[in-house]
Amino acid sequence: MQVPILKQGSYLIASIQSVLSDSDLVQLRDNLGERVGTYRSRGVIIDVTVLDVIDSFATRTLRAIAHMLKLRGAETVIVGIQPDVAFAMVQLGLTLEGVGTALDLEEGLLYLDTKTKRAAVNGN
Amino acid sequence: MKKKPEFKIQNITHPSKPLADYNDPLLRELVAHLRQNRTQLREEWARRITDAQLLTAMTKEEIFSEATSVYDNYVEVLETGSVEALQAYARNLSERIIPRGVETHEVVGIVLLLRDVLARSLFKKYQGDFELLNKVLDAYEPAANRIANTVAVSFVQERERVIRQQQEAIRELSTPVLQVRERLLILPIIGVIDAHRARQLTEQLLRGIRSNRAKVVVVDITGVPTIDHTVANHLVKTVEASRLMGASVIITGLSAEIAQTLVTIGVDLSKMNAVGDLQGGIEEAELLLGYKVIIAANEPAVGAAGKEGKS
Repeated sequence: MQVPILKQGSYLIASIQSVLSDSDLVQLRDNLGERVGTYRSRGVIIDVTVLDVIDSFATRTLRAIAHMLKLRGAETVIVGIQPDVAFAMVQLGLTLEGVGTALDLEEGLLYLDTKTKRAAVNGN
Repeated sequence: MKKKPEFKIQNITHPSKPLADYNDPLLRELVAHLRQNRTQLREEWARRITDAQLLTAMTKEEIFSEATSVYDNYVEVLETGSVEALQAYARNLSERIIPRGVETHEVVGIVLLLRDVLARSLFKKYQGDFELLNKVLDAYEPAANRIANTVAVSFVQERERVIRQQQEAIRELSTPVLQVRERLLILPIIGVIDAHRARQLTEQLLRGIRSNRAKVVVVDITGVPTIDHTVANHLVKTVEASRLMGASVIITGLSAEIAQTLVTIGVDLSKMNAVGDLQGGIEEAELLLGYKVIIAANEPAVGAAGKEGKS
């Protein structure tokens, strides 16, 4: 199932709706890479609240997305990782290093606000 | 016979099987004998208990009054063959004496003493007629054994119940997750952390982050004497899992030993935000959350209630 990507100001919100196959994830990566360029977005939120399992491929893809978007000039934040999922991921050594995380969508927006503001200040 | 616990339990749980025919004239004679010599046997028993230095936690008067009740219950069981009343009494007694530190061996000891005292009085009474003595003992022994089992099992069961209750209480007390400011939780940990507790702790913390929408968590381990490397690793995993949920963890009160353990097992310290004590940890957390603490006296314009405000 495809992941809808919503535009909200200068941010993109990818809200995952159901369990994703590996090809869905690859598709999400490609779509995001493209849209960030189209909309000149400065931040991307990926909402994984509905996911009960985040496996190694998903983790690797999410990390790849974050690093790729960074090169395209956008910050990425993963929001809504469930407590059980979080601990299971850590048990498996999947810790999403270098990727921003936040509790929920609202927090993710705040995170991007501070991040992009700081980047703007540093840039000047 | 007392060394077979299965047998004991069976005896208790299947009271339908009569231990002896209580219409047995011998048993009736026995009960009559015990009733008749109640005062003397009871005193003899209390004396033997004191001599054997059992129930040292209780006074002589208490021992005597309990001895009376147990004696009467004992005779009643011999008479009726039903241990239910004795069971209830033994449980009640256990409830009263366990908090005073009475041990299992003492309880078993006093019941066996009573058995001995009564058996001796029977020997004395029937010493002239060996045949009759044999028959009386045939009637007496199974009943006496069953009584001893009932009392011992009731005591142990009561004890186990108390232990279970306490374990439950400890489990509930062990990991409070407290909110001290908006979006700031503290998790004070006291006592030894084992693998089970560590798991429970992580679970509580992650759920606490979710329900309180916490951004910063201060985990205070001042009250933890030592941790082994499994638990240390678990702690690090908890920190990482919290980060995945968007909360940062500050660990405070690491003792020298624990710090050493963490270094020895090669924990990646770049992920751990450690501060010396709880006060420092809370100050650091307030900084992260953008709180500024102002002493009201120096800032009259803010008003008495404006102790802190978001910058």
